[in-house]
Parts: sequence; structure tokens; C-alpha cells
Amino acid sequence: MNWLFRYANPHNFMRLSNVLLPITAVATALCLGVGLYLGFTVPPDYQQGSTVLLLFIHVPADVAAEAAYGAIAICSLLSLVWRHPLSDIAGRAAAPFGAVFTALGLITGALWGKPMWGTYWVWDARLTSFLLLLFLFFGYMALWNAIEDEVRAARAAAILALVGVVNIPIIKFSVDWWSTLHQGESIVSGKIAPVYLAPLLIMMLGYILLFVSLWMLRIRTVILERRARTLMQRSAA
Amino acid sequence: MSPFFTLLARDIKLAARSGGSAFLALSFFALVATLVPLGVGADLRLLARVGGGVLWVGAVLAALLSLDRLFQGDFEDGSLDLIALSPLPLELTALAKMLAHWLSTGAALTLLSPLLALLFNLPPAATLTLFLSLLLGTPAVSAVGAIGASLTLSLKRGGLILPLIILPLLSPAVIFGAGAVSLTLDRLASGGALGLLAAFSAGAVLLSPFAAAASVRLNLGG
Amino acid sequence: MITSLIAEKLACARGDRRLFENLSFRVKAGQALAVEGANGAGKTSLLRLIAGFLSPAAGRLVVQDADGESDDAEERGKQIGWLGHQDGLKPQLTVAEQLAFWAALYRGTTNSAVLEQVGLQRQADLPCRYLSAGQKRRLALARLLVSQRPLWLLDEPFAALDTSGQALVAQLMALHCGQGGIIIAATHEPLGLGNESLKL
Repeated sequence: MNWLFRYANPHNFMRLSNVLLPITAVATALCLGVGLYLGFTVPPDYQQGSTVLLLFIHVPADVAAEAAYGAIAICSLLSLVWRHPLSDIAGRAAAPFGAVFTALGLITGALWGKPMWGTYWVWDARLTSFLLLLFLFFGYMALWNAIEDEVRAARAAAILALVGVVNIPIIKFSVDWWSTLHQGESIVSGKIAPVYLAPLLIMMLGYILLFVSLWMLRIRTVILERRARTLMQRSAA
Repeated sequence: MSPFFTLLARDIKLAARSGGSAFLALSFFALVATLVPLGVGADLRLLARVGGGVLWVGAVLAALLSLDRLFQGDFEDGSLDLIALSPLPLELTALAKMLAHWLSTGAALTLLSPLLALLFNLPPAATLTLFLSLLLGTPAVSAVGAIGASLTLSLKRGGLILPLIILPLLSPAVIFGAGAVSLTLDRLASGGALGLLAAFSAGAVLLSPFAAAASVRLNLGG
Repeated sequence: MITSLIAEKLACARGDRRLFENLSFRVKAGQALAVEGANGAGKTSLLRLIAGFLSPAAGRLVVQDADGESDDAEERGKQIGWLGHQDGLKPQLTVAEQLAFWAALYRGTTNSAVLEQVGLQRQADLPCRYLSAGQKRRLALARLLVSQRPLWLLDEPFAALDTSGQALVAQLMALHCGQGGIIIAATHEPLGLGNESLKL
């Protein structure tokens, strides 16, 4: 774990992210650019027509949202076990992006539903799980905001995130079970034609890089904000 | 009496004496069961179809009403400090409080459910399934709820944030519970759903004392 | 039985603020230590640190007994009799029920003599909501007695009490020290036990 601790030091994190951020930002732009270009130039699906394009925006959003929750969970574990302030900052910083990616997944899913089934919302199992995931993000953020003492807020939010991470597979399982009970529709069914696979994977990578870049940027901002606050407190004293 | 049962008995006594949180929960439950038909209409076939789900959601919400006070009362008057220094580990403290909460709300709601099932025209077999599912599932509500209550125990308005935190976590209980009733309505076996519900409850009751105790410890350090 | 409580270079931080550091003291069985200091100096925090609710930012706390020594907070907590700012009483429970509850929870013993000792024998069946602030404090003292713990941590033990109540606290403290107990009290007033005092 030594290497981790080295970068868990805010000062080292600033130096490291200073180098990494431009790289991930360029890589994000590349992946999203290439992914979208490939996505727009593939032949339209015989069933779904040009709406297949939404696949390239929808599916990666879900993947990025899950990655964000995973990032929160890992930060929470680090924060509870090793009590490092940087993991508190990092966990909190990931949540709004996770919520936005989840919302993006829901919106694109709804937009897809309209031409496919004539309605925006079909209680598809995947969409339903993601709606619940959105509330988990909201709850995590609300708890952070509600507790004034930052150390205490961080620990409480971390406990909640870990409880959530144990519960998410159960929620997914229960929603899948529920959708077979009520015979819901499914957006992504069957195999994806190989021609779509390449742009899809590139888009997924692009979304994850986008998340990582935004996340680093946000952590940097929070660290700088804290430094500014400390300076102001000192000048007031 | 052992410290565990001492605390359990005191919490039940307090619940019974402080104007009956059980009465409050039962009234709320009955009120939901009254308002839904007023909202969706008196079509008995429709009511039977949605009854299981409505009563499950109503029961979960009713059990939430008194949850925010689970640790808060003891935190505010200093009792929680004293309980933490007693021979009873905080994990067992959390378990005793969950059990007290379940006995004073979840169990009472379960007992009332067959009566409310009448309002929804549920056939006897479905009513029995509803009763069993609440019996098996409401402990999970108290257990997961205890985690939420321990996380928000220092907040003056913790009752507002508590539902947001725990309702998504409780969705499997609602799904399996109401699902079991649906299966019975369709004359299918509900045993599998009840089994899943029981497993969810057992997991919640076994694991949440640890999360709740960690969170109480964190709050005592404040 | 504890023979002494030792603090070695303790430091306590709340958020970004350091309350105290490099704090060392030693209290032996039968002795009392008065913790003095202005409001916000960290008196209550020191007591919460000793109780194990807070962990020290630096330094350690050691309990010595006949078997050796230990700095385990959990173990130390099981030796502690706590009298905080709040009395930990429920308005719905009667005086006797309240005391029986704490005695059972602490696996201590309860008898009517304890209530007599703190002057509440006539109020035994009265719900706590009807007690005055001073009577509540006396009930909290009774709870301290039934918990039968050797290490007393008292936060402003004289607060809310009249002259006779204060005399009672002094008498109980003297008795506790006489039986080989240890007392650490955060206070604005002298304990009157010939004790040492610590200024935060």
C-alpha cells in the first residue's frame, strides 16, 4: 500500500495529477471523437434504425456511473480503514459525476424507449436499477451535506457507501427478478453485432477517461479551496 | 436480566409510554390504505391487483415514522454515552434497538395487515402471503433503518434525510414482499419469493448491527 | 482493581483546532484529579478521551492494575463510571425504574439504600419528568453508585445542585476515594479532597 499512501498525500496528488490530467483529457477527447465518428458511420441496425446511435451514448453512461460508485466505495474503504483525508475528498468529489452519468443513462434510455416502444419509460430492469442507483447517489450526497463536521460527515458517508455497495448487487438481482415477474421489456437484448462493438468499447473507455479527468479536476479544486480557506483563517487570526 | 434484554425491555417500555409510536404507525398505515382507493378508484379487481404493493409500501413508510428517534433520544439526553460504557457491546445495543423497533412497529403493522387486506379485496390466500411476507420482511426495515438512524442521529432534521438514505436500500424487500403477493394472486407458488425475502431480512439483521455500531461510535467521538 | 491511570504526552485535536498537547499526569488509586480551565479549553474532551469516545491525536493513556498495564480504550471503558453534563434520564420512567435499568445494564446491584443515600427515597415511584434539576442530578449520582466502577469521570459534578447537594457530592467522592477509587473531575470549584489539579 506504500505507493498509495505516497499519492494520498495532497501535495503529491497535486503534482501527480498536474502531469496526468492533460494526458487523460487528451485521451478522453480522442476516444469520444473516434467513438462518435465510428458510431455515426456504422450501418443502421435493421431493427432499431438510426436509434442504435443512442446505444453509444447510453451504455457507456451506465458503465461510467457504476465506475463512479465503485470509486466512492474504494475511497470509503480507504477512508474508514486508513483514515486518510484525501480519500474523504475523493469520495465526495466522485458522487456528483456519478449522479450525472446515471441521469444521462436514464435520459438516453428514455429517449430510446420512445421510438422503440412508443413510450419514454418502460420499467426495463436496467433502467429501474439505474433509477435506484441515482437515489443512492443522492442519499450519499445529502448525508455529506447534512453533517456539518467534515470528518464526521466523511465517515458517515463512507459507512453509507459501503452499505450501498453490499446492497447494489441485491438490488440488481431483485429488480431482475421483478422484471421477469412482470415481463418487462429489455433495451439491450441478445448479442451486439460485432460492427457495433468497436465504437461501443471506445466510447466506454472515453466515458471512463472523462470521469477520471473530471474527478481529478474536482479533487484538485477542493484541495485548492481548502488551502485558500486555511490562508484566510490564518490572516483573520 | 442480561444487559441485552434490559435494554430491549426499556426501549419497548419507552415506546409504549411515549404516546404510542405503534399507534402512530398503525394509523398512518391504515390511512395510506384508505387514501389509495380514494385516489385510484373503487374498482375491486384493480384494488386486489395493487393491494399487495400498496400495503407493502405503506408498511415500510409507516415503520419509517419512528425510526429517526431510534438512537437520537438516547444521544440527546446522554444515555448513549452511558450505554456505550456498559458491558453491552454497541453491536448488541444496535440489535436490541432494532428488535425493540420491530416489536413496537413492524410486528404491529404485520398484525394489522389482514384487516387492511380486506379493504383491497385480497383473497384469503393472498392475505396470508401478505401477512407472511410482512412478518419476514419488516425486520429488514428495522435493521436497514437502524443504519440510517445511526448515521443521522446527531442531525436535528435527520427525519428528513433518513428516507432518502434507506428507501433505495429497502427496495429488494418491497420487490420480494409485494412480488410474493402477486404470485399468490396468479395462483403461482410464492415460496421462492418468501425465501428470498427471508434471506434478505436475515442478511440485513446480521450485518446492520456492525454498520450501526460503527456509526454510533463515530458520533460519540463528536 | 486499578492501581493508577497514567496519561503520557496526550494531545487532542478537534477538526483543525488543537485543544491541548503534551499533557501528562498520573492518578493513583484513592486519589482525585481536578481538571480546571476556561470554557472551551478541552475539559470535557479530556474526559471523553479517557472514556475512549475520542482517540488521542498523540500520546497514550495507560491503566495499571495488579495484572499489569493496558492502553486499550475498550477495556478502560468498562472501568468507568460516567457523570456527564446530561443526566441520561427518561421523563417517562420512574426514579426506581431508571435506577433498576442502569443497575441491570451495568450488572451492578441496586437497593433502596442507594436512593436513601442520595435523598430520593420519597420520589422512588415518581416519573422523572417531575423531578427538579437538582433531583435529577442526585439520581444521576445514584446511577454512578450502582454502576460500581472504580474510575469516576465527572463533568461539573457540582452543577445544578444546592448546598446540601454539593455536600453530598463531596461526601460521595470522599467515600469513593476512601475505597480506593479514582476520580477525575472537570470543575470550576475546588473538590475539597486534598487533590491535585490540572490546568488546561
